[in-house]
Amino acid sequence: MDITYYLYLSAVLFTIGAVGVLVRRNAIVVFMCVELMLNAVNLSLVTFARMNSNLDGQVIAFFVMVVAAAEVVIGLAIIMSIFRSRRSASVDDANLLKY
Amino acid sequence: MNPVLLASATTAPLHEAMLFWILAPVMVVAAIGMVFARSAVHAAMLLAVVMLSLAAFYTTEHAPFLAVVQVVVYTGAVLMLFLFVLMLIGVDSMDSLVETLRGQRAAAMAVGAGFAVLLVAGLAGALDGFAPNGFGADAGKNGNVTGIAHLLFSRYVFAFEATSALLITAGLGAMVLAHREPTGERKSQKQRMLDRAARGGAAAAPLPGPGVYADHDSVDTPALLPDGSVAPGSVPAYLQVSAGRSHVDAVDHELER
Repeated sequence: MDITYYLYLSAVLFTIGAVGVLVRRNAIVVFMCVELMLNAVNLSLVTFARMNSNLDGQVIAFFVMVVAAAEVVIGLAIIMSIFRSRRSASVDDANLLKY
Repeated sequence: MNPVLLASATTAPLHEAMLFWILAPVMVVAAIGMVFARSAVHAAMLLAVVMLSLAAFYTTEHAPFLAVVQVVVYTGAVLMLFLFVLMLIGVDSMDSLVETLRGQRAAAMAVGAGFAVLLVAGLAGALDGFAPNGFGADAGKNGNVTGIAHLLFSRYVFAFEATSALLITAGLGAMVLAHREPTGERKSQKQRMLDRAARGGAAAAPLPGPGVYADHDSVDTPALLPDGSVAPGSVPAYLQVSAGRSHVDAVDHELER
Protein backbone atom coordinates (compact mmCIF):
# COMPACT_ATOMS: atom_id res chain seq x y z
CA MET A 1 0.00 0.00 0.00
CA ASP A 2 1.25 3.44 -0.91
CA ILE A 3 1.08 6.19 1.72
CA THR A 4 -0.50 8.49 -0.85
CA TYR A 5 -3.67 6.38 -0.45
CA TYR A 6 -4.32 8.38 2.71
CA LEU A 7 -4.62 11.47 0.52
CA TYR A 8 -7.22 9.80 -1.68
CA LEU A 9 -9.15 8.68 1.42
CA SER A 10 -8.98 12.25 2.70
CA ALA A 11 -10.32 13.57 -0.63
CA VAL A 12 -13.23 11.10 -0.52
CA LEU A 13 -14.12 12.02 3.08
CA PHE A 14 -13.92 15.73 2.26
CA THR A 15 -16.29 15.24 -0.68
CA ILE A 16 -18.77 13.29 1.45
CA GLY A 17 -18.69 16.09 4.01
CA ALA A 18 -19.25 18.71 1.31
CA VAL A 19 -22.22 16.79 -0.11
CA GLY A 20 -23.63 16.53 3.41
CA VAL A 21 -23.40 20.29 3.88
CA LEU A 22 -25.28 20.79 0.61
CA VAL A 23 -27.94 18.13 1.19
CA ARG A 24 -28.85 18.27 4.87
CA ARG A 25 -31.34 20.68 6.45
CA ASN A 26 -30.76 20.17 10.15
CA ALA A 27 -28.19 22.78 11.21
CA ILE A 28 -26.51 20.39 13.66
CA VAL A 29 -25.99 17.72 11.01
CA VAL A 30 -24.66 20.38 8.62
CA PHE A 31 -22.19 21.24 11.36
CA MET A 32 -21.18 17.60 11.77
CA CYS A 33 -20.46 17.47 8.05
CA VAL A 34 -18.23 20.55 8.39
CA GLU A 35 -16.37 18.70 11.15
CA LEU A 36 -15.96 15.73 8.83
CA MET A 37 -14.39 18.04 6.22
CA LEU A 38 -11.98 19.47 8.81
CA ASN A 39 -11.03 15.97 9.91
CA ALA A 40 -10.38 14.92 6.32
CA VAL A 41 -8.03 17.88 5.86
CA ASN A 42 -6.24 16.95 9.09
CA LEU A 43 -5.61 13.47 7.72
CA SER A 44 -4.00 14.93 4.62
CA LEU A 45 -1.89 17.34 6.73
CA VAL A 46 -0.58 14.47 8.83
CA THR A 47 0.21 12.52 5.67
CA PHE A 48 2.06 15.50 4.20
CA ALA A 49 4.09 15.74 7.42
CA ARG A 50 5.02 12.11 6.99
CA MET A 51 5.91 12.46 3.31
CA ASN A 52 8.28 15.30 4.10
CA SER A 53 9.81 13.87 7.29
CA ASN A 54 8.79 17.03 9.00
CA LEU A 55 6.61 17.80 12.00
CA ASP A 56 5.19 21.11 10.71
CA GLY A 57 2.19 19.37 9.17
CA GLN A 58 1.29 17.83 12.51
CA VAL A 59 1.54 21.21 14.24
CA ILE A 60 -0.77 22.73 11.64
CA ALA A 61 -3.23 19.84 12.11
CA PHE A 62 -3.11 20.61 15.83
CA PHE A 63 -3.99 24.26 15.15
CA VAL A 64 -6.84 23.14 12.89
CA MET A 65 -8.20 21.09 15.79
CA VAL A 66 -8.03 24.08 18.15
CA VAL A 67 -9.78 26.36 15.68
CA ALA A 68 -12.39 23.66 15.00
CA ALA A 69 -13.08 23.39 18.73
CA ALA A 70 -13.62 27.16 18.99
CA GLU A 71 -15.81 27.08 15.89
CA VAL A 72 -17.99 24.28 17.27
CA VAL A 73 -18.52 26.13 20.55
CA ILE A 74 -19.69 29.32 18.83
CA GLY A 75 -21.66 27.54 16.10
CA LEU A 76 -23.60 25.40 18.53
CA ALA A 77 -24.33 28.44 20.72
CA ILE A 78 -25.72 30.24 17.63
CA ILE A 79 -27.82 27.19 16.70
CA MET A 80 -29.17 27.08 20.24
CA SER A 81 -30.13 30.74 20.30
CA ILE A 82 -31.80 30.41 16.87
CA PHE A 83 -33.68 27.37 18.17
CA ARG A 84 -34.85 29.35 21.20
CA SER A 85 -36.37 32.11 19.11
CA ARG A 86 -37.77 29.95 16.27
CA ARG A 87 -38.27 26.47 17.80
CA SER A 88 -36.51 24.97 14.80
CA ALA A 89 -32.99 23.87 13.94
CA SER A 90 -33.61 23.76 10.20
CA VAL A 91 -31.37 25.96 8.09
CA ASP A 92 -34.33 26.79 5.84
CA ASP A 93 -36.23 28.50 8.65
CA ALA A 94 -33.50 31.00 9.52
CA ASN A 95 -33.64 33.30 6.52
CA LEU A 96 -33.53 36.66 8.28
CA LEU A 97 -30.71 38.07 10.37
CA LYS A 98 -33.01 39.27 13.15
CA TYR A 99 -36.44 38.34 14.64
CA MET B 1 14.86 4.20 9.99
CA ASN B 2 15.48 0.80 8.60
CA PRO B 3 17.23 0.83 5.19
CA VAL B 4 14.80 -1.66 3.64
CA LEU B 5 11.96 0.74 4.34
CA LEU B 6 13.92 3.66 2.93
CA ALA B 7 14.49 1.72 -0.27
CA SER B 8 10.76 1.30 -0.88
CA ALA B 9 10.20 4.93 -0.15
CA THR B 10 6.44 5.38 -0.35
CA THR B 11 5.29 1.91 0.62
CA ALA B 12 3.82 1.47 4.06
CA PRO B 13 4.57 -1.61 6.15
CA LEU B 14 2.18 -4.55 6.02
CA HIS B 15 0.45 -3.96 9.37
CA GLU B 16 -0.34 -0.43 8.28
CA ALA B 17 -1.74 -1.62 4.96
CA MET B 18 -3.97 -4.11 6.78
CA LEU B 19 -5.24 -1.39 9.13
CA PHE B 20 -5.86 0.91 6.19
CA TRP B 21 -7.82 -1.59 4.15
CA ILE B 22 -9.95 -2.52 7.14
CA LEU B 23 -10.63 0.97 8.49
CA ALA B 24 -10.85 3.01 5.28
CA PRO B 25 -14.02 1.25 4.00
CA VAL B 26 -15.54 1.47 7.49
CA MET B 27 -14.83 5.21 7.54
CA VAL B 28 -16.27 5.84 4.10
CA VAL B 29 -19.41 3.81 4.86
CA ALA B 30 -19.84 5.59 8.22
CA ALA B 31 -19.39 9.00 6.57
CA ILE B 32 -21.96 8.21 3.87
CA GLY B 33 -24.30 6.88 6.56
CA MET B 34 -23.84 10.12 8.49
CA VAL B 35 -24.95 12.15 5.49
CA PHE B 36 -28.05 10.02 4.98
CA ALA B 37 -29.02 9.18 8.58
CA ARG B 38 -32.40 10.71 9.36
CA SER B 39 -31.83 10.95 13.08
CA ALA B 40 -29.20 13.47 14.21
CA VAL B 41 -28.13 11.13 17.05
CA HIS B 42 -27.32 8.38 14.55
CA ALA B 43 -25.32 10.90 12.53
CA ALA B 44 -23.34 11.82 15.67
CA MET B 45 -22.59 8.15 16.41
CA LEU B 46 -21.40 7.53 12.84
CA LEU B 47 -19.22 10.64 13.06
CA ALA B 48 -17.68 9.13 16.22
CA VAL B 49 -16.78 6.02 14.19
CA VAL B 50 -15.03 8.18 11.58
CA MET B 51 -13.15 10.20 14.21
CA LEU B 52 -11.94 7.14 16.16
CA SER B 53 -10.75 5.49 12.94
CA LEU B 54 -8.84 8.68 12.14
CA ALA B 55 -7.19 8.45 15.55
CA ALA B 56 -6.09 4.91 14.69
CA PHE B 57 -4.62 6.19 11.41
CA TYR B 58 -2.72 8.91 13.25
CA THR B 59 -1.00 6.31 15.43
CA THR B 60 0.25 4.47 12.35
CA GLU B 61 1.20 7.76 10.67
CA HIS B 62 3.77 8.53 13.39
CA ALA B 63 1.53 11.10 15.07
CA PRO B 64 0.74 9.64 18.53
CA PHE B 65 0.19 13.09 20.02
CA LEU B 66 -2.43 13.97 17.45
CA ALA B 67 -4.06 10.56 17.91
CA VAL B 68 -4.58 11.26 21.60
CA VAL B 69 -5.74 14.82 20.91
CA GLN B 70 -8.16 13.47 18.30
CA VAL B 71 -9.73 11.11 20.84
CA VAL B 72 -9.80 13.63 23.69
CA VAL B 73 -10.76 16.81 21.83
CA TYR B 74 -12.86 15.57 18.92
CA THR B 75 -14.50 12.38 20.14
CA GLY B 76 -14.52 13.42 23.78
CA ALA B 77 -15.31 17.12 23.80
CA VAL B 78 -16.69 18.18 20.42
CA LEU B 79 -18.94 15.18 19.90
CA MET B 80 -20.25 15.35 23.47
CA LEU B 81 -21.04 19.01 22.88
CA PHE B 82 -23.00 17.99 19.78
CA LEU B 83 -24.95 15.43 21.80
CA PHE B 84 -25.65 17.96 24.56
CA VAL B 85 -27.04 20.46 22.08
CA LEU B 86 -29.11 17.69 20.47
CA MET B 87 -30.50 16.93 23.91
CA LEU B 88 -31.39 20.61 24.45
CA ILE B 89 -32.96 20.99 21.01
CA GLY B 90 -34.89 17.72 21.19
CA VAL B 91 -33.64 14.33 20.09
CA ASP B 92 -36.83 13.54 18.22
CA SER B 93 -36.43 16.44 15.77
CA MET B 94 -36.18 14.58 12.48
CA ASP B 95 -34.93 16.21 9.33
CA SER B 96 -37.77 17.19 7.04
CA LEU B 97 -37.66 15.44 3.70
CA VAL B 98 -39.48 18.26 1.91
CA GLU B 99 -37.30 19.84 -0.75
CA THR B 100 -37.64 23.60 -0.57
CA LEU B 101 -35.59 24.14 -3.71
CA ARG B 102 -36.65 21.76 -6.45
CA GLY B 103 -33.85 19.57 -7.74
CA GLN B 104 -31.43 20.83 -5.11
CA ARG B 105 -30.65 17.36 -3.77
CA ALA B 106 -29.89 15.90 -7.21
CA ALA B 107 -27.83 18.98 -8.09
CA ALA B 108 -25.87 18.63 -4.83
CA MET B 109 -25.13 14.97 -5.63
CA ALA B 110 -23.96 15.91 -9.13
CA VAL B 111 -21.76 18.69 -7.78
CA GLY B 112 -20.34 16.31 -5.17
CA ALA B 113 -19.53 13.65 -7.78
CA GLY B 114 -17.89 16.25 -10.01
CA PHE B 115 -15.92 17.62 -7.08
CA ALA B 116 -14.71 14.13 -6.16
CA VAL B 117 -13.59 13.46 -9.73
CA LEU B 118 -11.73 16.80 -9.91
CA LEU B 119 -10.08 16.29 -6.53
CA VAL B 120 -8.95 12.72 -7.18
CA ALA B 121 -7.77 13.56 -10.71
CA GLY B 122 -5.86 16.59 -9.44
CA LEU B 123 -4.32 14.50 -6.70
CA ALA B 124 -3.34 11.75 -9.12
CA GLY B 125 -1.75 14.34 -11.41
CA ALA B 126 0.15 15.97 -8.57
CA LEU B 127 1.38 12.66 -7.18
CA ASP B 128 2.49 11.35 -10.56
CA GLY B 129 6.24 10.86 -10.33
CA PHE B 130 6.19 12.01 -6.73
CA ALA B 131 9.40 11.35 -4.82
CA PRO B 132 9.03 11.71 -1.07
CA ASN B 133 11.59 13.58 0.95
CA GLY B 134 12.17 10.68 3.32
CA PHE B 135 9.64 8.45 4.96
CA GLY B 136 7.96 8.83 8.31
CA ALA B 137 7.49 12.02 10.30
CA ASP B 138 10.83 13.12 11.68
CA ALA B 139 10.23 13.18 15.41
CA GLY B 140 13.78 14.25 16.28
CA LYS B 141 15.76 12.51 19.00
CA ASN B 142 13.21 12.81 21.78
CA GLY B 143 10.04 11.55 20.16
CA ASN B 144 6.88 13.02 18.73
CA VAL B 145 5.54 15.00 21.69
CA THR B 146 8.88 16.71 22.40
CA GLY B 147 9.32 17.48 18.71
CA ILE B 148 5.89 19.11 18.51
CA ALA B 149 6.51 21.03 21.73
CA HIS B 150 9.78 22.40 20.31
CA LEU B 151 8.03 23.63 17.18
CA LEU B 152 5.01 24.96 19.06
CA PHE B 153 7.10 27.08 21.42
CA SER B 154 9.65 28.30 18.89
CA ARG B 155 8.52 28.74 15.30
CA TYR B 156 4.78 28.70 15.99
CA VAL B 157 4.73 30.53 19.32
CA PHE B 158 2.75 33.52 18.01
CA ALA B 159 0.18 31.28 16.35
CA PHE B 160 -0.04 29.36 19.61
CA GLU B 161 -0.70 32.53 21.61
CA ALA B 162 -3.24 33.66 19.03
CA THR B 163 -5.15 30.40 19.38
CA SER B 164 -5.23 30.84 23.15
CA ALA B 165 -6.82 34.26 22.65
CA LEU B 166 -9.21 32.68 20.15
CA LEU B 167 -10.26 29.99 22.63
CA ILE B 168 -10.90 32.52 25.39
CA THR B 169 -12.94 34.67 22.98
CA ALA B 170 -14.91 31.63 21.84
CA GLY B 171 -15.65 30.63 25.43
CA LEU B 172 -16.87 34.13 26.28
CA GLY B 173 -18.87 34.30 23.07
CA ALA B 174 -20.61 31.01 23.83
CA MET B 175 -21.51 32.29 27.29
CA VAL B 176 -22.92 35.52 25.87
CA LEU B 177 -24.89 33.71 23.15
CA ALA B 178 -26.30 31.03 25.42
CA HIS B 179 -27.16 33.40 28.26
CA ARG B 180 -30.76 34.48 28.59
CA GLU B 181 -31.86 37.42 30.72
CA PRO B 182 -35.06 36.63 32.62
CA THR B 183 -37.91 38.70 31.23
CA GLY B 184 -40.30 39.59 34.02
CA GLU B 185 -40.64 38.57 37.64
CA ARG B 186 -39.69 35.07 38.74
CA LYS B 187 -42.82 33.22 39.84
CA SER B 188 -43.01 31.66 43.28
CA GLN B 189 -43.85 28.00 43.67
CA LYS B 190 -47.25 28.89 45.13
CA GLN B 191 -48.05 31.12 42.16
CA ARG B 192 -47.01 28.39 39.73
CA MET B 193 -49.28 25.85 41.42
CA LEU B 194 -52.18 28.32 41.39
CA ASP B 195 -51.58 28.97 37.68
CA ARG B 196 -51.56 25.24 37.00
CA ALA B 197 -54.86 24.75 38.82
CA ALA B 198 -56.39 27.74 37.05
CA ARG B 199 -55.27 26.44 33.64
CA GLY B 200 -57.12 23.18 34.26
CA GLY B 201 -56.57 20.05 32.26
CA ALA B 202 -53.31 19.18 34.01
CA ALA B 203 -53.40 16.56 36.74
CA ALA B 204 -53.30 18.01 40.25
CA ALA B 205 -51.29 15.03 41.50
CA PRO B 206 -48.04 13.89 39.88
CA LEU B 207 -48.39 12.17 36.51
CA PRO B 208 -48.86 8.41 36.70
CA GLY B 209 -45.71 6.37 36.16
CA PRO B 210 -45.41 3.82 33.36
CA GLY B 211 -47.13 0.51 34.08
CA VAL B 212 -45.62 -2.82 35.02
CA TYR B 213 -47.33 -5.95 33.74
CA ALA B 214 -46.52 -9.61 33.66
CA ASP B 215 -45.44 -9.45 30.03
CA HIS B 216 -44.23 -5.84 29.65
CA ASP B 217 -42.13 -4.03 32.18
CA SER B 218 -40.49 -1.37 30.07
CA VAL B 219 -41.05 2.37 30.45
CA ASP B 220 -42.88 2.49 27.14
CA THR B 221 -45.77 0.49 28.64
CA PRO B 222 -48.40 3.05 29.65
CA ALA B 223 -50.03 3.27 33.09
CA LEU B 224 -53.74 2.70 33.51
CA LEU B 225 -56.20 5.17 34.96
CA PRO B 226 -58.68 3.99 37.64
CA ASP B 227 -61.33 3.38 34.98
CA GLY B 228 -58.99 1.03 33.13
CA SER B 229 -58.15 3.32 30.20
CA VAL B 230 -54.60 4.24 29.17
CA ALA B 231 -53.15 7.28 30.95
CA PRO B 232 -51.90 9.47 28.11
CA GLY B 233 -49.12 11.28 29.95
CA SER B 234 -47.46 8.21 31.44
CA VAL B 235 -45.15 7.41 28.54
CA PRO B 236 -42.47 10.00 27.67
CA ALA B 237 -43.20 11.67 24.35
CA TYR B 238 -39.82 10.66 22.90
CA LEU B 239 -40.45 6.96 23.56
CA GLN B 240 -43.83 7.25 21.89
CA VAL B 241 -42.13 8.72 18.84
CA SER B 242 -39.27 6.24 18.66
CA ALA B 243 -41.44 3.17 19.33
CA GLY B 244 -44.06 4.43 16.90
CA ARG B 245 -46.59 4.23 19.78
CA SER B 246 -46.54 0.48 19.24
CA HIS B 247 -46.68 -0.48 22.91
CA VAL B 248 -49.18 2.20 23.81
CA ASP B 249 -51.42 1.08 20.98
CA ALA B 250 -50.93 -2.59 21.84
CA VAL B 251 -52.01 -2.04 25.44
CA ASP B 252 -54.91 0.09 24.29
CA HIS B 253 -55.95 -2.67 21.92
CA GLU B 254 -55.66 -5.37 24.60
CA LEU B 255 -57.83 -3.33 26.91
CA GLU B 256 -60.52 -2.92 24.30
CA ARG B 257 -60.86 -6.66 23.85
